[in-house]
Amino acid sequence: MAHFTKATSVHDWLNQRLAIDTLQRVLSKEYWIPKNINFLWAMGMVLAFTFGILLVSGIFLLMYYQPNVDTAFDSVNYTIMREVDFGWLWRHVHAVAASVVFLIIYIHMLTGIYYGSYKKGREMIWISGMLLFVAFSAEAFSGYMLPWGQMSYWAGMVITNLFSLGSLEFNGLVEWIRGDYVPGQAFLDRFFMLHVLLIPLAILGVIGLHFGALRIPHVNNQDGEEFDFDEEAAKYKAGNKKESKVIAFANDFLSKDMFVVSIYLIFFFYLVFWHFGFAMDPINFDPADGLKTPPHIYPEWYFLWSYEILRPFPKDPGLVAFGFAQVIFFLLPWFDRSPNAVPASRRGLFFFWFWAMVVDLIILTAMGKLPPVGVYSLIGEVAAYGFIALWVILPFITRNEKRV
Amino acid sequence: MGKVFGAVAGVGAVGALYAMKKSWDPLPSVKAAGFTTIDLSAAEPNKLMVEKWRGKPIFVLKKTPEMVAKQSAEQTARDIVVNGDSFLICIGLCTHLGCIPAYREAKLDFKCACHGGEFDSSGIETKAPPPSPMEIPPFNVKGNTVVLGEEGEAYRKMKEAGVLA
Ligand code: FES
Repeated sequence: MAHFTKATSVHDWLNQRLAIDTLQRVLSKEYWIPKNINFLWAMGMVLAFTFGILLVSGIFLLMYYQPNVDTAFDSVNYTIMREVDFGWLWRHVHAVAASVVFLIIYIHMLTGIYYGSYKKGREMIWISGMLLFVAFSAEAFSGYMLPWGQMSYWAGMVITNLFSLGSLEFNGLVEWIRGDYVPGQAFLDRFFMLHVLLIPLAILGVIGLHFGALRIPHVNNQDGEEFDFDEEAAKYKAGNKKESKVIAFANDFLSKDMFVVSIYLIFFFYLVFWHFGFAMDPINFDPADGLKTPPHIYPEWYFLWSYEILRPFPKDPGLVAFGFAQVIFFLLPWFDRSPNAVPASRRGLFFFWFWAMVVDLIILTAMGKLPPVGVYSLIGEVAAYGFIALWVILPFITRNEKRV
Repeated sequence: MGKVFGAVAGVGAVGALYAMKKSWDPLPSVKAAGFTTIDLSAAEPNKLMVEKWRGKPIFVLKKTPEMVAKQSAEQTARDIVVNGDSFLICIGLCTHLGCIPAYREAKLDFKCACHGGEFDSSGIETKAPPPSPMEIPPFNVKGNTVVLGEEGEAYRKMKEAGVLA
């Protein structure tokens, strides 16, 4: 056992037992961040904050929500919205955060792609980030079921039907997932469990992995410059803060992070109080009805692009294309063959690839929302082929990239 | 030691996974509620009746004599004949992703608004994306009624003829 001395203060008492000084050093004071990064690097902190908001607001909703097919709809739309004091606030905060979190995730991802932050030893950061994206998608989908409105029901029907895997007709698997022939009580209960326990646990675990993955390769910087973190840190510690290329995470970098977070929170609460409607689908204010499909089914905005990749094709090819869209981003570190981890603007063709991808995703998103008729289905189809084509050409245009 | 632990852990893991799989299965009460009787005497020609079986919508469409006369052999093979009248009885879910198509009386067809699929009045797909006809549930004709969930004589014949796919 370690040697304990009589504590001189509360801090000392804790320090002897929990090594809080060491923890603080490793986690914040000597966690080095490059100086040369812009506000886009603060998105990680913005995400962590939003996740916290989702957790807290979710706990308050959980106290009044009833996972029962007969009462779920009213427990949300009547009890929480009208009876519970400030219930509306938690609901709007939760709904807006669930939507905005995807906006920030997409910005975070595209920043990573633009600056090449998935390369050269940073593959695990990218992969764990993509795992988080998948986990957040599952979390969003399972949460969308809970108010048990029309869109909840039919989204549940359509998405679980995907698991019959087209002509393979795995209907047993679909019924197993639902616990019934159609979405019903068993379905609602298990998705409730997934939403409030299992998936959040998984998310917490993967967040740990994501942060851990940063520790060795360190965070990239705006120029993709490679430098020796130990050397730079030594300069910093010796008092050469000006010359050193890094700063400490706390409190130096944290203050910048928190500045961005506070701007974000102003925007966030502006949405919560004045524009919460965008995060809620009007159709979901009709109670679920298994005998009536709404005329036009579409997912929330953040899934529209992958939904649109599924839609223009016949069933089986559609599923294959959809599956492709789900997994392909995981493989980005290997599809991009260039050794450069610098901003896209300095990489020649990749620059155009990046913006073509962004534009394509926006077109897919817009077309996914519109009804699948006439010229819209045509544009959607072209954009879906465009998405696949962009991935196919990526290795070729990056293979011959000049080293910068 | 390691091997013994491995064996014990392996048996335990298989057992736990099996229990988890079974707990997630549909409950016996859900499976037992799988029979529904539909009275067909109320059906009017070319008016779609929607019933419910296993939580799914069931389309019942009584065909007019003109409709029957114009049908192809493939369409007729899917007819369920009760008391001399021909009926389409099928699960009213699009075989693409499970939306409910709407019946258009004037055009004698079904339109699935979700992704634009179409079916004729025998439930056969006429426009992609749906890959196959709407499904005919197991049925048994009894007088003027059909019992869904029970495999009767006529159902078995359809099955043998490969109509059910
Ligand atoms: S569900 Fe009917 S066309 Fe897609």
